Amino acid sequence: MRKYSVFAIAREAMRAHKGWEQQWISPEPRSSYDVIIVGGGGHGLGAAYYLAKEHGITNVAVIEKGWLGGGNTGRNTTIIRSNYLYEESMDIFEHSLKLWEGLSQDLNYNVMYSPRGVMMLAHNTHDEQSFRRHVHANRLYGIDNEWMSAEAAKAYCPPLDISKTARYPITGAALQRRGGTARHDAVAWGYARGASDRGVHIIQNTEVTGIRRGPNGEVIGVDTSRGFIGANKVAVSASGHNSVVMDMAGVRVPLVSNPLQALVSEPLKPIFPCVVMSNTVHAYISQSDKGELVIGAGTDQYVSYSQTGGLQIITHTLDAICELFPMFRRVKMMRQWGGITDNTPDRSPIQGTTPVKNLFLNCGWGTGGFKATPGSAHLFAHLIARGEPHKLAAGLTLDRFRTGRLIDEAAAAAVAH
Amino acid sequence: MLLIHCPYCEEDRSELEFHGAGEAHIVRPHNMAEISDDEFAEYFFMRNNEKGVTWERWRHQRGCGRFFNAVRDTVSDRFLMTYKAGLPKQAVPSADAAQAIAEEKTVETYEATEGDAR
Repeated sequence: MRKYSVFAIAREAMRAHKGWEQQWISPEPRSSYDVIIVGGGGHGLGAAYYLAKEHGITNVAVIEKGWLGGGNTGRNTTIIRSNYLYEESMDIFEHSLKLWEGLSQDLNYNVMYSPRGVMMLAHNTHDEQSFRRHVHANRLYGIDNEWMSAEAAKAYCPPLDISKTARYPITGAALQRRGGTARHDAVAWGYARGASDRGVHIIQNTEVTGIRRGPNGEVIGVDTSRGFIGANKVAVSASGHNSVVMDMAGVRVPLVSNPLQALVSEPLKPIFPCVVMSNTVHAYISQSDKGELVIGAGTDQYVSYSQTGGLQIITHTLDAICELFPMFRRVKMMRQWGGITDNTPDRSPIQGTTPVKNLFLNCGWGTGGFKATPGSAHLFAHLIARGEPHKLAAGLTLDRFRTGRLIDEAAAAAVAH
Repeated sequence: MLLIHCPYCEEDRSELEFHGAGEAHIVRPHNMAEISDDEFAEYFFMRNNEKGVTWERWRHQRGCGRFFNAVRDTVSDRFLMTYKAGLPKQAVPSADAAQAIAEEKTVETYEATEGDAR
């Protein structure tokens, strides 16, 4: 793999940019692998990357039904933060945030991580109390988060309407300065490039149609649309389709798949300096480097795999955006899409072993998986290589729904979980 | 937005009036104190989450307020049929039957009830 650098750009500029390599190769699948990862999104590709880089396991295939990053990796609003309430969540999301900070250097791929600050608006006393509790919990745990007045919020994000007569008056805000955004496609591509360089096979347009079990119940491989591929270990990380894939192995999972929508506006000049989220009126917004306002809407109330959603959900969000930022009232929306999120009953992810030997599961990231991509992938690789969870992910087991040791972020997480 | 046929009101109404209430035909164990943790987890947390035809509960929250059941395709989001609560799990209607159900549905429009056409 040729490294990307300023010298590479200069070199290619001299020869009409004919020397750029393919970022990853798409080989014919082998008959068997040490590890097969089902799902070529950020979490799956990242796990393959860390398996090869940190655990020396390179006989790995990532099998993807569509194209890389075509699922939720390419369908989210790219918000990164770690200001969760419970220690189990803070552990994993802060681990992830620390990896984000060095990810571009690690991958030699610009993922455009931009710590521009994530601001959560409070509109009433309840919000204030809840956010202050978050701020205290985070700071006690060594995670940056601060409480600010409405005036300070306005100074940090000038487009905000903090007037007393606003439909949703702003009484204050919590700000995580290290939070921000990243370029979602680059995350998938950067991990794919790094993994492919270390010998991982990335197999796109190949659907897993079955998980085969041996005489003792252990996993021996997967059936795919291109035939059977053997594997010593199978790791499932298929976002909205996790329950469909786990069903092939006969494992019941507590997941419900719902559409989550987002939309972007026409491109504007740089105008919006940070990420703003409001739980109470249900809106979150940032501006991409292309200039589009990236707006996250809510979840539809029914199970669906259609990757669309109801129009009333996005109009509700746009109502709120126009109230909070009156200057955006005449901006035109350009595109809208839906992703299928897999939600657990306690809104915390599941990462761990399963009742089936050599079958590993990474699921339930729900509406907030993008920010967790490096951390989740890193810990998932540890789980696959060692056969037991990393201590940072020890609480995220599937077993917690039997023991009752839930991580109840459902009540604690913000809207854009 | 979905149009949902309430089997009590016998009318197609907008999704805004309804509240999705999850998977249908989950039976609450009558001996809750005696069942194992695994059985409780299965009852309380595990869901089929079908890709394809699913049976689920809806509530006409901003209408008659009653719960009912629906057969719906989670890939197309199309409602195949709805039926009253308490009825046993209904068979998936054939393509023709689903089409007939779809055609017999009434949509109460502004024009038909109080608009210019009247």
